[in-house]
Amino acid sequence: MRQKIKTLWQFLFGDSARAFGSLSVILLICLAIAPAKDRFREWTRYQSRYLRLIRTRGEAASLQRRFQGGLQQIWMPELGVTDRCGSCHLGLKEASLWDVGAQPFRPHPPIPHSLTEFGCVMCHRGQGVATGVEEAHRSTLAWEQPILPARYLESSCGQCHWNTLTGTPQLNQGRKLLTRYGCVSCHVLKTPEGRRLASTTAAPPLSHIAEKTPREWMFAWLKNPQAYAVTATMPNFELTDADARDITVFLMSQSTPYLAAASQPAPPADAQAGASVYGESFCASCHATVNAAGMLVGGDVGPELTRIGSKVKPEWLTEWLRNPKTYDPATAMPHYRFDQKQLGPLSGFLEAKTDSDLLANVHLEPATPEQIAHGKTLVTERGCASCHEINGIKKPDNFAPELTVVGSESLTKIVFAPGVEHTLPDYLQAKIRQPHTFPGAKMPQYTFTQPQVDALVTALLAQTERAQTLPAALRVAGKRESDYRPAGKAGQLMADMNCFSCHAIDGRGGDMAPDLTWEGSSVQRRWLVSFMKNPNTLRPALIRRMPRFNVTDAEAETIADYIMTVYHTPAFDRDALDPARFSAADVELGKQLFYSKYACQACHIFDPQNDKGYIGPTLTQVGTRLNAAWIFHWLKDPRGLRPGTIEPNWDMSDDDARALTAFLMRQNKEVAKK
Amino acid sequence: MRRLVPVVLALSLLAGCHRSANAPAPVAKSFGTAITEVGGSKQVAGIGAALDQPIMVQVNDAQGAAVAGALVEFHVAGGAVATPEMGLTGADGQLSSTVTLGGSAGRYQIVAATRDKSGKTAELRLDEIALGYQQTQGRVLNDRYCARCHDPESTPERVSNHDNLTAKAHAFTEGAVLNAMSDADLASIIGHGGPALNKSPEMPPYGYTLSKADVDALIAYIRAVADPPYRLKGLTYAKN
Repeated sequence: MRQKIKTLWQFLFGDSARAFGSLSVILLICLAIAPAKDRFREWTRYQSRYLRLIRTRGEAASLQRRFQGGLQQIWMPELGVTDRCGSCHLGLKEASLWDVGAQPFRPHPPIPHSLTEFGCVMCHRGQGVATGVEEAHRSTLAWEQPILPARYLESSCGQCHWNTLTGTPQLNQGRKLLTRYGCVSCHVLKTPEGRRLASTTAAPPLSHIAEKTPREWMFAWLKNPQAYAVTATMPNFELTDADARDITVFLMSQSTPYLAAASQPAPPADAQAGASVYGESFCASCHATVNAAGMLVGGDVGPELTRIGSKVKPEWLTEWLRNPKTYDPATAMPHYRFDQKQLGPLSGFLEAKTDSDLLANVHLEPATPEQIAHGKTLVTERGCASCHEINGIKKPDNFAPELTVVGSESLTKIVFAPGVEHTLPDYLQAKIRQPHTFPGAKMPQYTFTQPQVDALVTALLAQTERAQTLPAALRVAGKRESDYRPAGKAGQLMADMNCFSCHAIDGRGGDMAPDLTWEGSSVQRRWLVSFMKNPNTLRPALIRRMPRFNVTDAEAETIADYIMTVYHTPAFDRDALDPARFSAADVELGKQLFYSKYACQACHIFDPQNDKGYIGPTLTQVGTRLNAAWIFHWLKDPRGLRPGTIEPNWDMSDDDARALTAFLMRQNKEVAKK
Repeated sequence: MRRLVPVVLALSLLAGCHRSANAPAPVAKSFGTAITEVGGSKQVAGIGAALDQPIMVQVNDAQGAAVAGALVEFHVAGGAVATPEMGLTGADGQLSSTVTLGGSAGRYQIVAATRDKSGKTAELRLDEIALGYQQTQGRVLNDRYCARCHDPESTPERVSNHDNLTAKAHAFTEGAVLNAMSDADLASIIGHGGPALNKSPEMPPYGYTLSKADVDALIAYIRAVADPPYRLKGLTYAKN
């Protein structure tokens, strides 16, 4: 062996001429390495593969013409984007390559933005400057952000779009969940303008809780809220029996009496009559119950009522139904003005909804002072006051980590639970699904479904550093929460009946019922008064309907006057069209247009004998309900009057709109008589 | 040198076996000759999302009776993942697997395969649909504007208006009818209403309500959910 090496050395460097020759060859090889390395870069292989691919295709010539060799880069310093993805992803803009099944040559699917305007990493993350597959797509020692998994892609839209986009249902749902389930009550979450997101669910105040619920129920609820109602908003704090017991004794001890109306003896309960009051009052528009078939039916604005009888004390329930505002001035529940005849049966009907299993095994001993003190410590530690009002405990500030830029959180700052893959989306998933697996976590256990968790992670991933620092011109601001409040006596009445729980006016309020911002331009005063006294069905297919509030004549008049005077559109004059001036020919033409040209009966019922359309409001009384100018302008531009409506814009001529208005306004007395 | 060859071969064989060695592959206890779908095909989900329902298949013998303990493998492509990838059928002859779709919009084909005693493979192909940004937008618009008439199924929250119409609206899954219509025809009937194609005026014009991008999104959605699939432009299964 040694001999061999010696011979080789002699051969290469035996004399100066040999040494010179050998060194020259070595130098040449070294010099060749640099260009060779460049020549065999990963992306050059993809480029030659791409050229081979397009050569076989029909449109080869034009594809070849558009192909640009070499390293491709998109550079946008103001966005912090330096992308070289186009060096390998060569078919991004070639729609004709739609049948290429595999990457990296698939064309980019249609999106509302131009690829050259925003680049790739704005949406997909990854390392834009990298020119190797591994470096660009995965996290490396020097780069933390791998490619964003496709299921969370909508989060990228949310970096600029703080409004509700049609194309991003998952992001929209996630943002809704963040405010609906109280995430933002403990965590601070800000938009780039510095506005803090506020919870949309008001957790009930606990300052008078002893009047409302027995301790046993409170214990069962604290142990597992979802055992009482699967739809419960409150998460499970996974308390031990002793801790749950101590919290109940503390909450009972801090509770103060509230000022209930002078209690009147309620008439005996009549379950049958109670069921019909429940139905007539459309309680199910907001509250769900499990029906005989085991299906959960009803709205999710208020709490589920399947086992309400096990939860609340009968005297409290009667007082609550009499006027919920006495107990909780901020409640979304309207003051129904039930009379004694309704109150007794309804209260009895709800009281009968009990579940004997729920509290069967709960036996609590009388409280001791130590338990009360321990309960108070627990309530403070668990942050109960972040959502609930509790006597003697202030709402904590910065109770949980701020999430404003959680979507670009550095992985080195994160403590991963064992078994969780080291990526940001996986961390967020695990944190939401199993918070207790993280050491020292205070976060309670929620019962979200997988799509809900995906939506939440999507919304959180949109909270990036980049979103905070993007040029303001790119930002699309969300809807500003309006604090509009109607004035005067009508304003008080509307607050008392919580019109804003369902209706929106001037940007404030719910979306369950029509927007009333311009209601005064739309309806006739007489109809409005009678509708308020006795709301009849306008949309037959709707499950959520306007309940009857037992308003007095005077109250109905007050509200009607206010609506008719204040809620006006500046677009037209309410009295501009006088129905008396329509001719019989107008009406006849309108009828033909209604049934033939526009086929309005597909969605509306004009003649209850023959028409079946279910989608729009029935028009059987339209001539007494709406005024002519509103109908005319509605037909011309429905979305101009009520932006969210699903009535399409018809681009209707003035003549057609006038004739249809004439026909519809004729629908007044004949039906009213029947 | 010659001695090294078997060593290298053995090493590479070991390396190749490494993955399956970790989780031992189930061994078929019995064999069927046919594989049929119980449920789970033609589901629609966003790209990269898990399907709502697991896919479920059943292995039968030549007499059509369910076979328990038969080995079924699920082959997926294009970045989709089936969990588990293989398994033995239960006592009812069935096996289910949850599927997460890949990152590109389009159709994903899952091949469920089982072998009979002689090693001959019986296969079943299940299609799943992944919606990209444009199709998702179309789906939202469909839910808002179209489904009330075009979806004959009522739900507790949404009563279908389908039966109230004189001219019955086509469900968007009716590929047999809708695949024959060109994109231009669909854009025209959505934009200008039924009369644009000499059809019922019960279909209103949405061209003054929806933008061109909205109409394109709706068409993309209609094409994505068509059954049988829309072939002219679109039936390419995701590949690796």
